[in-house]
Formats: sequence, structure tokens, C-alpha cells
Amino acid sequence: MSFPWARHYEPKNPLTQWIDSRLPLPRFVYNAVGAGYPVPRNLNYFWNFGVLAGVALVVQIVTGIVLAMHFHSSAAGAFDSINATIMRDVNAGWFLRFAHANGASMFLLVVYIHIFRGLYYGSYKAPREMVWLIGVVIFLLLMATAFMGYVLPWGQMSFWGAQVITGFFSAIPVVGEWIRIWLLGGYAPDDAALNRFFSLHYLLPFVIAGAVILHIWALHIPGSSNPTGVEVKGEQDTVPFHPYYTAKDGFGVGVFLIVFSTLIFFFPDLLGHPDNYIPANPLSTPAHIVPEWYFWPFYAILRAFTADFIIAAKLWGVVAMFGSIILLFFLPWLDSSPVRSANYRPMYRVAFWVLVLDVLVLGYCGGSAATPGIVVLSQICAAYYFAHFLIIVPIISRLERPKPLPNSITEAVLGDKGGSRMTETAVSA
Amino acid sequence: MATPGDDLPPDATVGPGGEILENPRRRDYLTIAAVSFAGVGAGVAVLPLINSMNPSADVLALSTTELDVSAIEPGQAIKASFRKQPLFVRQLTPAEIAAADAVPVSSLRDPQTLEERTKEGKKQWLITLGVCTHLGCVPLGAGEGENRGPFGGYFCPCHGSAYDTAGRIRQGPAPKNLEVPEYAFTSDTVVVVG
Repeated sequence: MSFPWARHYEPKNPLTQWIDSRLPLPRFVYNAVGAGYPVPRNLNYFWNFGVLAGVALVVQIVTGIVLAMHFHSSAAGAFDSINATIMRDVNAGWFLRFAHANGASMFLLVVYIHIFRGLYYGSYKAPREMVWLIGVVIFLLLMATAFMGYVLPWGQMSFWGAQVITGFFSAIPVVGEWIRIWLLGGYAPDDAALNRFFSLHYLLPFVIAGAVILHIWALHIPGSSNPTGVEVKGEQDTVPFHPYYTAKDGFGVGVFLIVFSTLIFFFPDLLGHPDNYIPANPLSTPAHIVPEWYFWPFYAILRAFTADFIIAAKLWGVVAMFGSIILLFFLPWLDSSPVRSANYRPMYRVAFWVLVLDVLVLGYCGGSAATPGIVVLSQICAAYYFAHFLIIVPIISRLERPKPLPNSITEAVLGDKGGSRMTETAVSA
Repeated sequence: MATPGDDLPPDATVGPGGEILENPRRRDYLTIAAVSFAGVGAGVAVLPLINSMNPSADVLALSTTELDVSAIEPGQAIKASFRKQPLFVRQLTPAEIAAADAVPVSSLRDPQTLEERTKEGKKQWLITLGVCTHLGCVPLGAGEGENRGPFGGYFCPCHGSAYDTAGRIRQGPAPKNLEVPEYAFTSDTVVVVG
């Protein structure tokens, strides 16, 4: 669906007319990300991050395909093929490798901002629940892909990360150990595990690309949300995606590339762990196993469970860690407030920023050694994380008195700063 | 136009306009049978794909390890490799055996005696996997001069799990004792593990 005032694709020259009548692919693109897609005129820069995630996906796929041409997926050859061949011998190999490794961090960074943008502006609410649900699926696929990619260099952190992560499955009662051996194709990470991780690491980005198409398709049914959360009411509320948002996104991509290049060329190992420059050694564990930074909050939740309660502590940790993401699937129905944007929700806005802080502290805990103080802090923050979604948000959405909404996007843009002006006709969307 | 009763198959029905709907039950049956058959076929085809991810023959071929333990003095331990996992083989001193036996079994998180964790008549040979039952790190204590922790057995540096001289969990987050693999002494000094 699109708004009735959306522009129509009208191919001018005979070639494009010939193509359009046989395979209307240019028409499809025109309607999806061209002038044929009307978008709210008031999107701020937080709306860049979806496109940035798409750019990061393309960067990862392109660099990954070239790196795979030089990579040896064997326990004996993987470490050297990356740290000797690719980093020293392959032309520009060091650049591709650092771009791919830091590209993963950039990808997760923009995805986290994209997710929190959705949380702040209520983008998960009706009629965009499906956009949100597919987004959570993409996030899970992304985490799986990132984890398997981190195993491929076969350094100490790769190996012990694989050991610990597949160890989660052994927490499942009765069949857990069997599942773990099946996943690894052996009793410990080795050739079999490395090869299947490589195979899946190559496959999953294309699955993600497919899910991204569904994500955008589902988004284009109701159209993009916007910072006021008020739906588009007429043509005056929108501008065509091209050239307005292609230009705005282009600027964002420029900033993204500056940050990305700074990491690649000046701080290529800033976000990595030095232990991963030690070849995997199954007989010696690093003193402090940590995942990459983007998994720290979840690692902290995993380690927050230290006491058995009905089921073993280890299983609690695994259930809570996966539960912390699965929970997001239910968010559209946990938050019953009809107002989308936190700009008009004074209580929710506070809860949102406390959640941001909570996740940052969890991240800090997950990256630190598990000393008793850190464990207690993780426990408090993990409890708060679940309380936010299961208790605080449902209660706030019933108690809160939202600020008056603007009558339309145009009024919000041309009038005072949203929410400050009371009009008699102000209604919640 | 046919009327009901005119040479109809026993399960044929007549539509609202009096037209004969050909044998709908027969068609339903065929559809369900065909789709079910195809579904079972697709399901069965998945089995070899799943099974191919189980440990292959060359991985399973490594699942027994033969060890000569004659060089291990009382109080010493070695790290070997079993199924690509670390294996700790340790000869306990009489004092270590006494320390393990002195612990009331009921006070343990994973109650087992030293007898249950060793072979009959070979109580001094403690053979366990060197894989912490918490998150799979390799505990310290098998190597020369490594920290054996507060209970004199093994100590996992990752999250502080401490094992005693029978390899039993005594302190820290690990839920279970160090796993004792299947093994047998084929002579006084040779052990076959797996």
C-alpha cells in the first residue's frame, strides 16, 4: 500500500518502457526507496540507522566474500590463513580483514541505536508490530552470524567462546549434552565445528538480507513512523523518499564511514581482544573469557544467576539470556499506551532512559571479570531489565497521562516544539 | 441433468443446483494421502542432513586414548588429551586420599565418594576430564606449580570454582564434580580411556 498521492513511475525512454512492461523491477525500486514512497517530512537523524544497518550488511557481505577466498577453514590452517596470509601476504588483506572485523562492531552499533530508536518512538506499536517482530528475528540472526564469525580466526577467544556458547546448550536437561555434541560435531570445538560455522556464517547474511526485505515490505504497508508518532494525515505531511531522504541518509552514511574508517585505520584492534592473537589451545583457558562488546549485556545476564532454584543456576542463566531477547517479541502487546512517541509520554520517557542506563551497566558488567561486586550489580541490572518490560512498561502504559499530541505532523513541524501547545482538538493517535 | 439416485456412486453428493459433485470424499482422501506421503518423505530426507552433523567416524576414532602412567609420581598429575579435551591423570598421595575420605559426603554439592570416582584397588589414580563443569574452562592444578585452590585439587581461574583432591566441586559456581570418563587399567601402568 502506499498513500494515494504517491508519485507514479513513468518511464520516459523506450528501453525503460520495454523493461517496465516485462519485469517492473525499476518500478518496484521507485516505489520502495525512490520518489514513489512518501515519507513523513519530520524524520530526524535517528531514522538514518535502518539504512546504515543496510549499508553495514552490504559491507560485511562484500568484504566477507573476498576474505572467504583466502580463508582456510581448518583448525590447523584457520589462524595462519588470517594472521599470516590475509594480514601480511594478501594484497590489501589487512584492510579487508580489519574492515570486516570492525564492520561487525559498526553493524551491531547501528542496530542497537536502531532498536532503541524503535523503543523510544514506539515504532513497535500497531500497525507496525510485524516490522518489529521481523526486526527481532533479524537481530537474533545477526547475533548468531556474529558469533560464528568470531570463531573463524581460531584464536584463543574464538575457541573458548565457541566452547562456552555451545556449553549453554548442555544446560538443557537430559538432551543438552547430546545437542552440544551434535552442534559441534565432536566433543570439543575442532575441525567439524569450525567448518560448519564457516558454512553457516556464509549462509546467514543472505538469510538476513531476505529478512530485511520482509522488514522493509512490512514497513511499507503502513509507511514509516515519525518522531511525533502521529500518523500521516495528508500529502502536506510527507515528502518523497527520493531525493529528500536519500540525501539525508547519504549524509548519515558519510558520517558512518568516517567513524568506520577511523576504527579501521587508526584503532583496528580497539574493539577486539588481544587473546585472539594467540592460536587456539584446547588445553589452556584464557584467564578471563569475554565475548565481543556487543554481547556483553547478555553475557552479564547469563552470569547473573549463581544459585539453584528449582532448576540449576546454569540453566537459569541460559534461559534468562535468551529470554531477554525473546521478551522483545511480546513488547507490542506489553505496552498498551495508544501514544507512540516518548516525547509525549513523560513517565515512559524516564523509564526508557533508565533502561538505556541499565543496559549500559549490564554491558560494563559483562565485559568485566566476575568478581562478587560485579555479579551483584549484574543481578540488580538483569532484574531491572526484565522488570522494565514485564512490570514497568505495562503499568506505565495504563497510569500515564500523555501530553497532548499535535493535530498533525505539519502542525508539529510548523508550530511550537511538540507537546507544548494545548489544542482543543488534540487527540491521541 | 441427473437427479439424486440416478447411478450415483455411493459417496457422491449433489450440489445446490442439482449438479453432481464428483466423489468429494475420494478426492479428499487422495489429497490428504498424497500430501501426507510427501510430508513424510520430506521429513525422512531431513534425517541424513541432521545425522551428518553428528560426530563423524574420524572424530569417533579418537574417542579412545591409551596412556602410560608409570612416570607419574604420587602427588603429580599430567594433562593428556582425550577426544580433543584435556584429561587430568593424577596419582594422589596418601594424605590427599585421606583428605578426600574425611569429607562427609552429604555436605557435597554433587555427593560422590572417592571410591565411586576411581577404580577398585586403584584409589590413588584420579582420572577426570579437565573441563570445568561451569562453562568449560580448563582448571589449574594438573601442571607443575599451578594453583590447586583452597581444597588442594583443581582450581578454575575463570569463575573461581574449586575442586578437592577427588575432583569434587567444593566452592564456586560449577554445578557438578569434574567428569570421570569411562576407562580401564589394562595393566598396572596402562590406562585405556574411552
